[in-house]
Amino acid sequence: MSRIKTIETRDMQKSVKTGGCGECQTSCQSACKTSCGVANQKCENADK
Amino acid sequence: MVHCYKLNGYNIVLDTCSGSVHSVDEVAYDIISMYKSNTAEEITEYILKKYKDQPDVNADEVKECLGDIAELEKQGKLYSEDVYENLAIDFKNNSNVVKAMCLHVAHTCNLNCSYCFASQGKYQGDRALMSFEVGKQAFDFLIANSGTRKNLEVDFFGGEPLMNWDVVKQLVEYARQVEKQHNKNFRFTLTTNGVLLDDEIIDYLNKEMCNVVLSLDGRQSVHDHFRKYYNGKGSYEDIVPKFKRLVEKRGGKDYYMRGTFTHNNVDFTEDILHMADLGFKELSMEPVVCAPGDPYALTEADLPKLFEQYEKLAVEMIRRKKAGNGFTFYHYMIDLTEGPCIYKRITGCGSGTEYMAVTPWGELYPCHQFVGDPKYSLGDVWKGVTNKAAQDEFRSCNAYARPECKDCWAKLYCSGGCAANSYHATGKISGVYEYGCELFKKRMECAVMIKVAEAEE
Repeated sequence: MSRIKTIETRDMQKSVKTGGCGECQTSCQSACKTSCGVANQKCENADK
Repeated sequence: MVHCYKLNGYNIVLDTCSGSVHSVDEVAYDIISMYKSNTAEEITEYILKKYKDQPDVNADEVKECLGDIAELEKQGKLYSEDVYENLAIDFKNNSNVVKAMCLHVAHTCNLNCSYCFASQGKYQGDRALMSFEVGKQAFDFLIANSGTRKNLEVDFFGGEPLMNWDVVKQLVEYARQVEKQHNKNFRFTLTTNGVLLDDEIIDYLNKEMCNVVLSLDGRQSVHDHFRKYYNGKGSYEDIVPKFKRLVEKRGGKDYYMRGTFTHNNVDFTEDILHMADLGFKELSMEPVVCAPGDPYALTEADLPKLFEQYEKLAVEMIRRKKAGNGFTFYHYMIDLTEGPCIYKRITGCGSGTEYMAVTPWGELYPCHQFVGDPKYSLGDVWKGVTNKAAQDEFRSCNAYARPECKDCWAKLYCSGGCAANSYHATGKISGVYEYGCELFKKRMECAVMIKVAEAEE
C-alpha cells in the first residue's frame, strides 16, 4: 500500500469480547475534572 | 464512518468504529473521501484530471489504490460498521458497581479565585470540613458497593483538601488497614492549590497518592489574576517552589500540573510552555467552566484562536520531544495500541453510576460538578442511592444517548461528553455542549496527528 500507511491500533471489534473488566481509571479522577475524555485512559485488563 | 483531515502536513484518516488510523498521501486522501459516494470510474476521472501534472498518478496507480482501500474495508479498518449501540445500554444497565469517589473533604478554601466553579470551595453552600466518621462511612460504602472491582479510586478534593489534612491522613490509614481483607487496592489522588504544602505533607503525598493534581494556571500574571488569597495577593510565588519540591521528590510517580484558561488568556499555549519551562512535564490545561455571561467566559470569537493554539501546542510538543525535552499534555495522551476497550469508549465517565461525589455531610451526588444541586442529590453514604430516577438519567448517558452524536466521528473518544457540561449549557444532561465538542474534536485531531508524526519518523 504505497499511498496508505496504517498505524497500529487496538482492534475495537475484538475488544467486544475481551474488554469490559472495569478496572481502568475513571476519567475524571486523573486531571480534567471538567470534561470527558475516555480515549486517554490506560487499559488495565491483562487478558485483552 | 471515516473522518479525513489535514494537519501539520499530514493527511489523516480515522475510521471511527474500528479505531483505525491511516496516514495517506494526497491521492489516497481524495480517493477515500470520494469512495463511498462515487463510482470507480468517476473517482479515476477526477483524480487523473486533478493530478494531471504528476506522472506517477496514472490509471494503474488509481486502480491499485482503490484495491488497497477495498482490502482495508474487508479487514474492517475502513468504513467499519457501527455495531456497538446496544452494548452501551446493556453494559450500564447490568452494572451497579461503584468504584470511584470524589471525596469533598473540605468545602472551604484558602484562596479566593473568582472563576472557581465550586464558588471558592463552598459549592453554593456553607463552609464545612468532612469528619473522619463521614469519610470512613464513605469508604465502607465504596467497598460494599464495589462488587468484584479490585481497583478503587478516591480523589481527595475540595475546596482545598489540605485544609482538612489530619482527616485525609486518617482516611488513608483506614483504607490501608481494610483494603487487603476485602481484596481491594485503593488508589488515591489529591487535588491541591499548593498553599499548605510542606515537607511532611509532600513526603506523605508522594508515598500514598498514586496521582497528585497541582493547580497552576501558567504565567505568573495569568495565574495571579484569578488565583489570589483573600487579601488580593497572588499565590504564584508561594506555590511554584512548593510544587517544584513535590515533583523533585516524587520519584517518577504520576502527577499533573493542571491549569484553567479563560477568555483572558486564549493564548494558553504560552501558559503550558511556561509550566514546561519551569521543569514540569505532566501538564493539563482546561477551558474554564462558567456562565456564558461571565466576563472571562470563552466566546465564539475565541474558538478559531483556541484551535490555532491547540495546533501550535501539538507542533511544539513534537519539536521538543525530538530535541529531548518533551512533555505530556493530558488531552494529547492517546495510546492507540493499549488504550481503552470499546466498553470504556461507549459508557462515558461513569458519573452517577460507578463514580460519585461525597460532600462533607456524606451526601452523594453524580459528580463534583453537580454538588449542591438538589435535583441531583442521589442519597447519602449511609442509605446509599435513594434517588433512583436521577441515577437512571445518568445510567442512560453513553456515546449513543444523544441524537446529535449519531454521525459524529469523535463519539468513541469522548463517549458522549461531560454530563455536567451538557447540563450547564442546555439545562439537561442529555443535551450537547457544542462549544466543548468543538474543542474536544480539535484536541483529538491533534493527539492523533502527534501519533502519526511519531510513526512517520
